[in-house]
Amino acid sequence: MIKLFSLKQQKKEGEQSARGGQQKKASAAQLRIQKDINELNLPKTCATEFPDPDDLLNFKLIICPDEGFYRDGRFIFNFRVGSNYPHEPPKVKCATQVYHPNIDLEGNVCLNILREDWNPVLTISSIVYGLQFLFLEPNPEDPLNKEAADVLQCNRRQFEVNVKKAMRGGYVGETYFECCLIK
Amino acid sequence: MSATSPNPSLGLQSKRWNGLRNILEREGPFCKDDFSPSPDNLEFLQTKCKVLVIGAGGLGCELLKDLALMGFGDLHVIDMDTIELSNLNRQFLFRRSDIGASKAECAARFIQNRLPTCRVTPHFAKIQDFDDTFYQQFHIIVCGLDSIVARRWINGMLLSMLRYDSDNTIDVSSIIPMIDGGTEGFKGNARVILPGFTACIECTLDLFPPQVNYPLCTIANTPRLPEHCIEYVKIIQWDKENPFNVPLDGDDPQHLAWVYERALERANQFNITGITYRLVQGVIKHIIPAVASTNAVIAAACATEVFKIATSCYDSMANYLNFNDLDGIYTYTYEAEKSDTCLACSNAPQVLPIEDPNTTTLEDVIKLLCESARFQLKSPGLTTVFQDGKKKTLYMANVKSIEEATRKNLTQSLGELGLQDGQQLTVTDATSPTAMTLQLKYQTNEIEMN
Repeated sequence: MIKLFSLKQQKKEGEQSARGGQQKKASAAQLRIQKDINELNLPKTCATEFPDPDDLLNFKLIICPDEGFYRDGRFIFNFRVGSNYPHEPPKVKCATQVYHPNIDLEGNVCLNILREDWNPVLTISSIVYGLQFLFLEPNPEDPLNKEAADVLQCNRRQFEVNVKKAMRGGYVGETYFECCLIK
Repeated sequence: MSATSPNPSLGLQSKRWNGLRNILEREGPFCKDDFSPSPDNLEFLQTKCKVLVIGAGGLGCELLKDLALMGFGDLHVIDMDTIELSNLNRQFLFRRSDIGASKAECAARFIQNRLPTCRVTPHFAKIQDFDDTFYQQFHIIVCGLDSIVARRWINGMLLSMLRYDSDNTIDVSSIIPMIDGGTEGFKGNARVILPGFTACIECTLDLFPPQVNYPLCTIANTPRLPEHCIEYVKIIQWDKENPFNVPLDGDDPQHLAWVYERALERANQFNITGITYRLVQGVIKHIIPAVASTNAVIAAACATEVFKIATSCYDSMANYLNFNDLDGIYTYTYEAEKSDTCLACSNAPQVLPIEDPNTTTLEDVIKLLCESARFQLKSPGLTTVFQDGKKKTLYMANVKSIEEATRKNLTQSLGELGLQDGQQLTVTDATSPTAMTLQLKYQTNEIEMN
């Protein structure tokens, strides 16, 4: 145990001047996100974009799947990392309208590690892999867009047609989708 | 107290602290080695020792009362909140007429009136409103917080105030011990943190209970609980309908009423019962009902630790006490270990001497970090925070868009980049599980700025 107060008793009064001019330090959330970002090993189908490179807490992830239903599409996700990261997960929203069982038309994403299964040992990398997986294996068991999920479950062929239609830009049922194919 | 005494507080003065004198003026078998019994100990407590209490809520009220009655004579208290009706059952320094007033100010006034021996200075503010010059005046900081963000912030502040000797050991006089109490219903914990020496808040971040989060698809499609319906309105319906054109505010009764109405509609659709206004409030604000007795136990444990550190009469608790009185009473104290890879506290600044900041470029620094035997990094990412709090990403090779945006910094000199003598750079690299703090040390003091 260190001797704290035998020292303390002499200090404090005239001590003010000895300190001061302290250097600003990055917050713990900041340190952790820098670590996550610097070590982000993206697969070739993914890229990040930082609108302000000085702000590592807000960025975009762009996924261009090269196989599966969503091949040749280009999907943008907005990441917002809060000051309580990694205790709390980042807020992730899909900015591209997509016909997908696990992503609704407002851009909410149903991915377990973004909510109930988040854990501070997970990283931005884990989320990237999770999102990428959603495009390879849309999961009709946990639907957010129920209509899309029902189609996928009953008629895979029809689902594929609907996805292509949506990605090219057009109506699926009542909903209009913007084109999101790679030019 | 004698009824004839003209000044009751004077009459008390002689006897009130007899209990403390027994501890502080006598030798005992369990005393710490460096403890010397003397009346000075009590005097230090009453006149010199400056303690900061963060939070004047459930724990804060208990802490202020405990510390004042324990003889501490110079307390400060910070709280940004005002008093609400629902606080009054346990925050006993407040009365009905105080509703709407500052918690810190009311609490200070109450203690001051009841115990004129104790001076309490209130701060009706956020902890973030103060800088290190404020925090360094205290001997000990004790927290009764309900937020993890606030704990992490003060933890980071105390770590940033550590000073290091030339051999990179911590100057012990720069340590401000932090006693942290926390309660959640019938559960609570108290811990002693010696910043830089024992496990800090970040070392044990994964011990905090995670927020209850329901799967989005359950909320959207297969709600079973009234909570699911409330979360649906909060997460999906609010953004969609945007009824007040502002983000949802859990303290605005109009917002809560809207959420309540919509949640009730949704619950009826799915034959779910149990939506109440109180539940809506609870789910939106993540309220866990506070239990007065848990607060009392945890605050008492914290106050005891403050007393022990202030007087060095006995060893501090090592260092993490768990308490649970949900079913009988359970307590367990163990020593949480300091993490070697903690991003916050295993990160002593490493001094990097720079011959001349006007000729040394950022690229030179990165080259040094990669090639020198001391660092041997692979592909470091560098950021810094300027004195005004502005963050800057200096260079990061691994992320394409950042690399392109920061490439121009490589050829600039440290002076041109605005980096001052003593400025700290945060360096992350795949070769290390922690972030490294580099402190620039300029050999020449002149910096040419353009």
